Amino acid sequence: MSTVAETTKADLTSEEQAHLSDRAKGERNLGWRLAGPAFIVMLLVTLYPIGYAVYLSLFNYRLTDPAGKKMVWLQNYITALSDPLFWQAFVTTLVIVIVTLVFELILGMAIAMVMHRVVWPRRTLRTVVLIPYAIVTVVSGFSWLYAAQIDTGFFNHWLHFLTFGGFSENFNWFGGRWSSLTIICLSEIWKTTPFMSLLLLAGLAQVDSAQEEAAKVDGATWMQRFTKVILPNMKAALMVALLFRTLDAVRIYDNPYVMTGGANKTQTLSMLVGTETVSRVEIGMGSALAVILFLIVLIIAFIFVKLFKVDLTTSGRS
Amino acid sequence: MKRLRPPRRGIAISAAVLMATTGLAACGGSGGSGSGPAHLTWYINPDVGNADASKGGQATLAKECSQASGGKYRIKVQLLPNSASDQRIQLLRRLAGGDKTMDLMSVDPAFVSEFAAAGYFAPVPKNMIDDFKADRVQSSIDASTYGGKLMSVPFWSNTQLLWYKKSVAKKAGLDMSKPITWDQLIKGAQRAKMQIGVQAKLYEGYSVWINALVAGAGGEVVKNPNATYENIKLGLDTKAGKDAAKIIHDVSSTGVGGPAMGNSTETESLNLFSSKKGGFLVNWPYTYGAYAGKDKADVAATMYPQTVQGEKAAPPYGGIQLAVGKDSQHADLAYQAAACITNQKHQADYMAASGNPASRKGAYETAEVKKAFPNGIAAEIRKSLDVAAARPLTPYWGDISTALQQKFSPPSSVNQQTPAKTQSFILKVLNGKALL
Repeated sequence: MSTVAETTKADLTSEEQAHLSDRAKGERNLGWRLAGPAFIVMLLVTLYPIGYAVYLSLFNYRLTDPAGKKMVWLQNYITALSDPLFWQAFVTTLVIVIVTLVFELILGMAIAMVMHRVVWPRRTLRTVVLIPYAIVTVVSGFSWLYAAQIDTGFFNHWLHFLTFGGFSENFNWFGGRWSSLTIICLSEIWKTTPFMSLLLLAGLAQVDSAQEEAAKVDGATWMQRFTKVILPNMKAALMVALLFRTLDAVRIYDNPYVMTGGANKTQTLSMLVGTETVSRVEIGMGSALAVILFLIVLIIAFIFVKLFKVDLTTSGRS
Repeated sequence: MKRLRPPRRGIAISAAVLMATTGLAACGGSGGSGSGPAHLTWYINPDVGNADASKGGQATLAKECSQASGGKYRIKVQLLPNSASDQRIQLLRRLAGGDKTMDLMSVDPAFVSEFAAAGYFAPVPKNMIDDFKADRVQSSIDASTYGGKLMSVPFWSNTQLLWYKKSVAKKAGLDMSKPITWDQLIKGAQRAKMQIGVQAKLYEGYSVWINALVAGAGGEVVKNPNATYENIKLGLDTKAGKDAAKIIHDVSSTGVGGPAMGNSTETESLNLFSSKKGGFLVNWPYTYGAYAGKDKADVAATMYPQTVQGEKAAPPYGGIQLAVGKDSQHADLAYQAAACITNQKHQADYMAASGNPASRKGAYETAEVKKAFPNGIAAEIRKSLDVAAARPLTPYWGDISTALQQKFSPPSSVNQQTPAKTQSFILKVLNGKALL
């Protein structure tokens, strides 16, 4: 492709500008024709459901009571946003997002730097690191559930042993909100840190080693090199990694569903949407909550793109 | 060229296999409309045999009725999840999605109204209605009826009894031959330093208890079950509601409900009853077969306790109704199968083998049932079924029940304000003013 393009370009250098723009127009048309069908399919499978959800969210509509369907305009949104249960789920989700993000970023960075420096078992190491990410979330959720439960678990046994009996062997991790969230976050961190470290590794590869060496020669400490050379150079990749993980974490569902089922105030926003639409079949309220969740995701993406100036196109190319 | 052959042959073989299997699948899908028996799918709730046809459970009935049909239909069973709420979700999703395989299903009576109101059931053939009502206990007919019409076929009809150990009742100074009130029971258990097994975990069983207590005081959780959500009237913020709350409070605060009362389902309460501390238990008839203690001869049953002295007790009604999905391609055959499944012989066989009481009165007179429920327990179940109160037959029971459990949990927090608070919360939820 590129050779053809180069030869035609060379041939065209002496020709008129108008001809070139005709060609550009043709290319653009071809581009549309090639990408158009995919674009339309994309619109159909994403825009239509989103639009339908927005439409449904204006109704008081229960699947088993079609006759009771009633237009209530924004009442569902008002109810949801003024309901204590919604804010409880919001706080739970927010806590999970912040805690997991901080730990994943630090651990992911550390693992990425190790992977970047290590020469010998490079490929093996990268594969090994990816294993937790390759496990289905429900399966990893159950593994952590069984590991922390009183009857099947080994956590309590080891904590009891390592604290010389200070930690009760009968501690019920899933008996309270914060202890449940601890295990949920641990499981989430264990599972998605590899993804983070891979994205960060790609960022580290962009850093010009000449700059690093120059800083070293100038007598910069390791910390100075890290904050002044490495981080600014990989900012784009870092931000993309953060954005992806935040959007992912906001939608968290499987881990808490498997471990607590939402008991002890550990219900997340996605689970709330699930309960309303799937078990209560309150399609209207469920859609309103789903739209709210979608808006939260949009706001986060907007904050990242505008305030932190993440350019998805350039870092995507790198 | 020769080298290319084996892979090509491989492709040809796999293509042939693929075509053969799709051909077979198409065959199975057609459901024998032309020749051979029609394939009926029966979604069953877990019971004694589950999908195993050799244990006397629903799978056995399916096998026997398939054989008895003389080649008209063949019933295949599909096992539903364990908990009533998960069963509801699975049935509901399939019914709402227009699944054509919903030929027969075992439905908890608490959800029959919801499905019937949504129009998910195929109408019962007019000429079969009398047959399905014949010889059935009234509570099972009531549970199958919605809006004055029979919507499903009565299959099991469960009811709770007051189980007790004769030795403990003697020690507690209670005369079990007369009707007992909850108050007497609590005081008796305190005197004997024994515990009462109840179901008070956050699940459907807790609603069963609350509803029985309210009904026993002459009240109703829902006053107009056929109303829409905007016009529904609740009867919790009443004297009956407060009487019910007082009993739950007393059982919890006196400690006779046991240390794990707030986590207790049918299984936990039965375990408590089987233990040395257990003296009394309110539970379904399967208790007798499942009782694990060595002193089984000491176990007896009587009518469910009264909420208010002198007012007739209202034992909970449970059970299973058989329903036919509206999109079933063999609705007529499915109803024929339902008639076979619930005939006199199968009702008695099933009750004796599974411990789940029949809806036919005749079954209780058979020798096999009397053998499975000795010491007059069979007659006691039959008597209880005559007065049993079903949970409100409203399409909104799912939401009402969940809200009820949430506001009454943990049982130690229940006080005289709980019924009023619960009532206003339920109304808000039904009107879309609060999340559940």
